[in-house]
Amino acid sequence: MTYRISRRGLLQGAAGVAAAGTLAGCATSGDSSTDAAKGEVSAANPLGVNEDAPLEVVIFNGGFGEEYAKAHQAIYKERHPKAEIKHSATQQIAETLQPRFVAGDPPDVVNNSGGSQIDFNGLVAQGALADLGELLDAPSLDDPNKKVRDTLLPGIVDVGSYDGKFLSLNYAYSAYGIWYSEKLFEAKGWAYPKTWDEMIALCKTIKAAGIAPWTYPGKHSRYMSWPILAAAGKMGGVEVIKAIDNLEPNAWKHEAVKAAAEAYYQLAVDGFLQPGAEGMDHVQSQTEWCRGKAAFVSCGSWLENEQKAVTPPDFRMAVAPTPSLSTSDKLPYEAFRGTGSEPFIVPAKGKNVRGGLDYLRVMLSQKGASDFTRKVSSLTAVQGSSEGIELGPGLTSVTKLIDASQGSAFTWLYSSYYRKLERERVDAACAELFAKRITAAEWCDKVQKSADEFAQDPAIKKYKRV
Amino acid sequence: MRGKRLFIAVFLIPPLLLYGIFVVSPYAQAFQIAGTDWSGLSPTYDFIGLDNFRRLLDDGYFWNALRHNGLLLLLLPVITILLGLFFASMIAVGGRSDRVGVHGVRGAGFYRVVYFFPQVLSVAIIGVLWKEMYAPHTGAVNGLLRAVGLDGLAVAWLGDPRFSFWCVMAVLIWMNVGFYVVLFSAAMQSIPRDLYEAALLDGASRMTTLVKLTVPLVWDTIQVAWVYLAIIAIDGFAIVQIITDGGPSSSSDVVGLRLYKTAFADGQFGYASAIGVAMFFLTLTVAAMFLRVTRRDRVEL
Repeated sequence: MTYRISRRGLLQGAAGVAAAGTLAGCATSGDSSTDAAKGEVSAANPLGVNEDAPLEVVIFNGGFGEEYAKAHQAIYKERHPKAEIKHSATQQIAETLQPRFVAGDPPDVVNNSGGSQIDFNGLVAQGALADLGELLDAPSLDDPNKKVRDTLLPGIVDVGSYDGKFLSLNYAYSAYGIWYSEKLFEAKGWAYPKTWDEMIALCKTIKAAGIAPWTYPGKHSRYMSWPILAAAGKMGGVEVIKAIDNLEPNAWKHEAVKAAAEAYYQLAVDGFLQPGAEGMDHVQSQTEWCRGKAAFVSCGSWLENEQKAVTPPDFRMAVAPTPSLSTSDKLPYEAFRGTGSEPFIVPAKGKNVRGGLDYLRVMLSQKGASDFTRKVSSLTAVQGSSEGIELGPGLTSVTKLIDASQGSAFTWLYSSYYRKLERERVDAACAELFAKRITAAEWCDKVQKSADEFAQDPAIKKYKRV
Repeated sequence: MRGKRLFIAVFLIPPLLLYGIFVVSPYAQAFQIAGTDWSGLSPTYDFIGLDNFRRLLDDGYFWNALRHNGLLLLLLPVITILLGLFFASMIAVGGRSDRVGVHGVRGAGFYRVVYFFPQVLSVAIIGVLWKEMYAPHTGAVNGLLRAVGLDGLAVAWLGDPRFSFWCVMAVLIWMNVGFYVVLFSAAMQSIPRDLYEAALLDGASRMTTLVKLTVPLVWDTIQVAWVYLAIIAIDGFAIVQIITDGGPSSSSDVVGLRLYKTAFADGQFGYASAIGVAMFFLTLTVAAMFLRVTRRDRVEL
């Protein structure tokens, strides 16, 4: 999940704008028929893939690289030997593909991820994405009696659905929580706190031991909005989160959100945040954490893979849910934010939509999924696909987290509905909050004001989460 | 006669054609797109007249970014040119003078290479390099401050809205000054040495020779430098994007970055084009203004 920008990428981006402009004038004939490539439907080919139709796949070449996709393509090729597969990988998804969407000539499968992912709001509003519902109801590759839908982890269908249509398959499964080093905690005799009061008490102890209790990426402060919202959701129930997703008035000023913001703001007030963290990016702060300069950091389950190069061998990173804020929290302590990430889409105007669907079906097979887990150390959306694979300590603790939660994991969708609201507005507000330039109450006001702006902006398509 | 014209045309038409297709037409199209609500993903869009520009007037984030470009525009050319002139004149005529004439400071050749160094690095590398230089704990800037006992000054440079913009500006100056040192040095080479000797004989101080002699004689070059630097100041996109990404809290945002994010992150190409059109007129105005203000009579040698 590291995003790098290169000068060449930027130039390509600029060229993209220009090219997009040029294409706009001559791209009125973008309504290519999608069923041209439909083949015969059979038990072996439930999605009716045309055996001769070539398939083009574009992968985001980020934290997960592109090698895993080649393995998926090999399985697809086995199933459809006559199909020619065109594979490419880029970090500049939006810049590279945006002109092709305009021209009505998008690839068949796109891993729409990374720093320059194409905004889902726009894609969905334009009807540019194929409905993946058919894939959900198709039999899984491993067991013809089981639908693909039933092989997915809970929450995957929700997070990829827009107004009831399943449009984006979030292939990787990410658990979000608070990370610490088991080795450090064992050596010092600390135990992970289950309540916020215990957290504050432990922070005092940690600080007294000469270690910063927390660090955070001040340049991407939204990382700290995750524990705030997770704690708020646990305290006030998922309804609080749904109100936020639906841009309801005063959703960010709900008692639970306020209480959670107050709680995490206290870390800043009491000096429990690593000095200087406000100037670090995610790599810098996570590296400080790996070096043992700080005890806690907020992140998702890609952390282990991202920090592979700098993690000491016996560090034993582990993830835990956010501590409960009160004794009357609506959700148990074990509840955490778990959701899909790494979205895959099948553009509606691709030449081989059926092939695209079948490619996703291949990815969701046990073989495809466990290969992904083995290659990139990340869990997938597929149930049980990590069984029998030796995982690193971080990922092992993620699987424990999932097991312990007993289905109480939840997530918010506002960040995928209205990406900018999280990426820019919440991010900026959190930077202010943790640098103590605003208070928790002001944070709620500030974010609410931004959410209201989005709610009132007619240029932004609204989604309703139920 | 005719054959000659044809001959010239054969050479002129291909580049003009390329220029027309790849430079002029996208510009023209940006004007057209600026009047639409195009999302950048579909072949269809609606014309909405001047709505995008009206929105621009009320967009606090745009004005905030523009303010930063304004500051850059005021300060970047002045500081860079002053530093460039100073270094160049030190290299050319800063040292001792003897029977064979005036010399540069000792090691002038070395300095020339060192100043030019940043120019050899790509913008992306400079950006990443300085991002790490400014890192709160591991960065060289704070390391240096701590080494000389100024621990109190070792702050989180890029994490503080009071400093982030100035940090970026310092990098912009650092990366540009070398080029202008070389440019001014070249211009100074063409000034006859005996003019300096005459001035020195007449008892002019080094400062006087710089202001009264060197600057007027390289004025054309300074003028060009000014326009270039102004254009860099109105842009500033790449460095800002890499070092701070406009943060924290938009405290180092520039218009170019706003445009890029509006287009690619928000999928609002219509509005982004409106920002681009505004920038186009801004750049044009500034360039025209600078050329007018800096116009002076040419000095014949």
